[in-house]
Amino acid sequence: MVREEQSIHSPVHTGEAVHHGHSHGASSQHAGGHHLLQVEHLSIGFRMYEPDAAFFSAQQRSYQVISDLSISVHAGEIVAVVGASGSGKTLLADSIMGLFEPNAEVTGSIWFDGVEQTPESLASLRGSGISLVPQSVDHLNPLLRVGKQVEGVGRTRGRRAESDVREAASEARSARVQELFERYGLSPEVAKLYPHELSGGMARRVLLCCALMDNPRLIVADEPTPGLDLDLAVRALDDFRAFANEGGGVMLITHDIELALRVADRVAVFKDGTIIEETSVEAFNSPDTLKHPFAKALWHALPEHGFRSGAAC
Amino acid sequence: MASFVVRHIIRLMLLLFAVSIVVFFLVSVSPIDPVQANVGQSAYLNMSEEKRAALAQYWGANTPIWERYINWAHDFIHGDMGTSLRYNAPVSQVIAQRATNTLLLMAVAWVVSGLLGFCLGILAALKRGTWVDKVVKTYCFVLAATPAFWIGLVFLIVFAVWLGWFPIGFSVPIGKAAADVTVFDALHHLALPALTLSVVGVANIAMHTREKAIDVLESDYIRFARARGYSPWQALRTHGLRNLALPAITLQFASISEIFGGSVLVEQVFSYPGLGQAAVTAGLGSDVALLVGIAIFSAALVFAGNLIANILYGVVDPRIRAGVGSYA
Amino acid sequence: MPSAISRTAPPAVAAAPAVLHQPQRRRVANRQALLASLVCAVVLLAIVVVAGRFVLYDVAVATDFSQKNLAPSLQHLFGTDWMGRDMFARTVAGLSLSILVGLLAAAVSSVLALVLASIAALGGRRADAVVTWLVDLFMGIPHIVLLILISYACGKGFWGVTIAVAVTHWPNLTRVLRAEIMQCRESLFVGHARKLGQGSIAIAVRHMLPFVFPQYLVGLILLFPHAIMHEAAITFLGFGLPVDVPAIGVILSESMAYLSAGMWWLAAFPGLALIATVMLFDLAGSSLRKLIDPHSTQE
Repeated sequence: MVREEQSIHSPVHTGEAVHHGHSHGASSQHAGGHHLLQVEHLSIGFRMYEPDAAFFSAQQRSYQVISDLSISVHAGEIVAVVGASGSGKTLLADSIMGLFEPNAEVTGSIWFDGVEQTPESLASLRGSGISLVPQSVDHLNPLLRVGKQVEGVGRTRGRRAESDVREAASEARSARVQELFERYGLSPEVAKLYPHELSGGMARRVLLCCALMDNPRLIVADEPTPGLDLDLAVRALDDFRAFANEGGGVMLITHDIELALRVADRVAVFKDGTIIEETSVEAFNSPDTLKHPFAKALWHALPEHGFRSGAAC
Repeated sequence: MASFVVRHIIRLMLLLFAVSIVVFFLVSVSPIDPVQANVGQSAYLNMSEEKRAALAQYWGANTPIWERYINWAHDFIHGDMGTSLRYNAPVSQVIAQRATNTLLLMAVAWVVSGLLGFCLGILAALKRGTWVDKVVKTYCFVLAATPAFWIGLVFLIVFAVWLGWFPIGFSVPIGKAAADVTVFDALHHLALPALTLSVVGVANIAMHTREKAIDVLESDYIRFARARGYSPWQALRTHGLRNLALPAITLQFASISEIFGGSVLVEQVFSYPGLGQAAVTAGLGSDVALLVGIAIFSAALVFAGNLIANILYGVVDPRIRAGVGSYA
Repeated sequence: MPSAISRTAPPAVAAAPAVLHQPQRRRVANRQALLASLVCAVVLLAIVVVAGRFVLYDVAVATDFSQKNLAPSLQHLFGTDWMGRDMFARTVAGLSLSILVGLLAAAVSSVLALVLASIAALGGRRADAVVTWLVDLFMGIPHIVLLILISYACGKGFWGVTIAVAVTHWPNLTRVLRAEIMQCRESLFVGHARKLGQGSIAIAVRHMLPFVFPQYLVGLILLFPHAIMHEAAITFLGFGLPVDVPAIGVILSESMAYLSAGMWWLAAFPGLALIATVMLFDLAGSSLRKLIDPHSTQE
């Protein structure tokens, strides 16, 4: 195949079509002829002492937590990144947000909506282009009422707007909060609560509202349903499904393969710091359509009844 | 609320009681003879036996300690703190007069060092790893190793001796009647001691604020705010400052003990007529009543500071206010 | 947008990957350097003690009126005072005295802290309440006032100041160690050891000591700077070492009478030397802490 052809896709792929090392789901779209998000050759390393060497002669060396990882998210789909807890998935999420650990070494390229991003441009995409939905209510300021936090601040950074302009902007933001609260079934009183007063379901919706404030196109959700059993978790992710159906992209980071197969269009298997297989959910119907031995092993480990074939969603 | 007040009043009483016993005990086990210390070696040797006995009676050297303590405590409860033998005036009067000077000095140092330290700490945390951070850290590190009185000496050399901007000592110009002393005079004499105390106090609060601010900047909710597009300063301003300012204010209240200690040294350097100088004079001159009085006053001051710090913890945090004990 | 499309194509052959973020600090504290700085600090302090005690002490108290009031020069690095005494020798002698008082007082204080912390953490609720109250009491009186009182009670002088510093510096370390021991006692591995039937002494020695001892050692070393500074402060106020001894506090206190005459060197150099000494102890303490801190494997 010629390189130019690789980058231009037909609007809709079929499950069998493979390019960029992945196959596609039914709803995967290449709006504008490119991926919504494309991560190529991402590596993240830290320097630390060799743990096995003698105390004083131990040398520092670089440990790769993520190495040569590539993944894509299309418009209109949910991609689940499945991997063991504590294997570095959150680092992947942070890197896409342009948030890097101070002592980490990060290489690779990240493309958003067809444009290669720099750390600065990734920073400016936060919230408005790419939004993060964190794991729990711990990610909210415990000392500030929920409504204020969802409202956040607009992007008037550095510029001194006229006071009436700012006022209008702030009014628009509180209107947006009301709109989001209404849409996600949160009563206006919730805005006056403190984070520790929220129930689990409210907290999840509040966090989603935070992410949606500035109309992002991609949502990165880092374990958004901790502690929920499968059926509840699937229902909790309906809102993400709706977001994808409206043309957004969702990267769902989870350790739960069953959940991933139930709600996602495509699944990326994360192991030993990289994505070893990125494929459509349908490919998990049979081990023969999976390429990597670990993915096959994963298939065999699935409880047979928990697996619905051809989860179209 | 009422039980809160009562509990703390009882605690204060117990503390002051213990402090007074400790102070009384310490002063009386001293091998230093108060009579000799006050009359002087040669005068003492030339004195007749009767004179010595009379003086010993006057200084209370012959009465057993517990009897002296009970007498003292009895008077104290009735509002009489005894008479300062060195200043020849009621202890309460000496303390009242000098406390004004000391409290003014401490208040200025408290506010200036608090504000400056807080800003430096925040700045260092935001600029973590850069030269700004390194300058602040070095400043704090060196200052933490520097005795307050030496800084006072250096300021004295530079600002008073070399530059001549400030007077060398005393809280008002010498030889001026009290009525003629202007506010400017008082401030002029206050400046150097207050500057010394402030500069010394910055280190503690700046390092504390820096550490806390770095913790906050790495906290989940700041990371989330950053992920929503806040700049580090925006994130810290909306989500961090309140969480940082209160621990800082609390720390400032809790460090009143250190500021008082610093003021003792600084007052000595600048001959500033405050409580610290009086305490040193009382100690060197075996003026037991005044020493006990100042020790109790300072303990009450420290207690008040700690109490305010404790109350502040509760006011700030809605989780404590609502009775939710657990910090997630 | 054809141009946009051509830009979207990632390079087919990955050359050197684009760098998104560089580690902030390439230079990281490494263990050999920490060990070296620890050893250097200790050796330097030892040299000061020996030199001040045995080599320069006689020079420090020798008067020479032909050499009085001299500004710093090559012959007298720190200048001379109004009695013609060499300020460098006096400073080193003073530092060695300060370090000795500091070592002695900090050692006693840390043992006090360890004993009280153990009693509080392991001796039941009543013992804990008593120790906590004692800590509160000692912290309730300003440090300097307490130092003045105790030094006065002990009759001032070398022992007065040493005892005063020793019995006032334990409260903070006691708090830290108490929390540490309590946490250790409640920890799972100690709980398991208990369930496995190990005796309390065996548990204390085999499971708790290795856990608490490093904290104790760091606490001890970080007590030195405080002890030294408070010794100097108390001596400066006139409650510590006697005036005929070349101590830093005495030197600085005497210098005050000569500052207005412009003899700045009497105060400047001894003070700087004291700061340097205190910082050496700080360096030793923080190096040790970094060495034994398990988190330092990943800097």
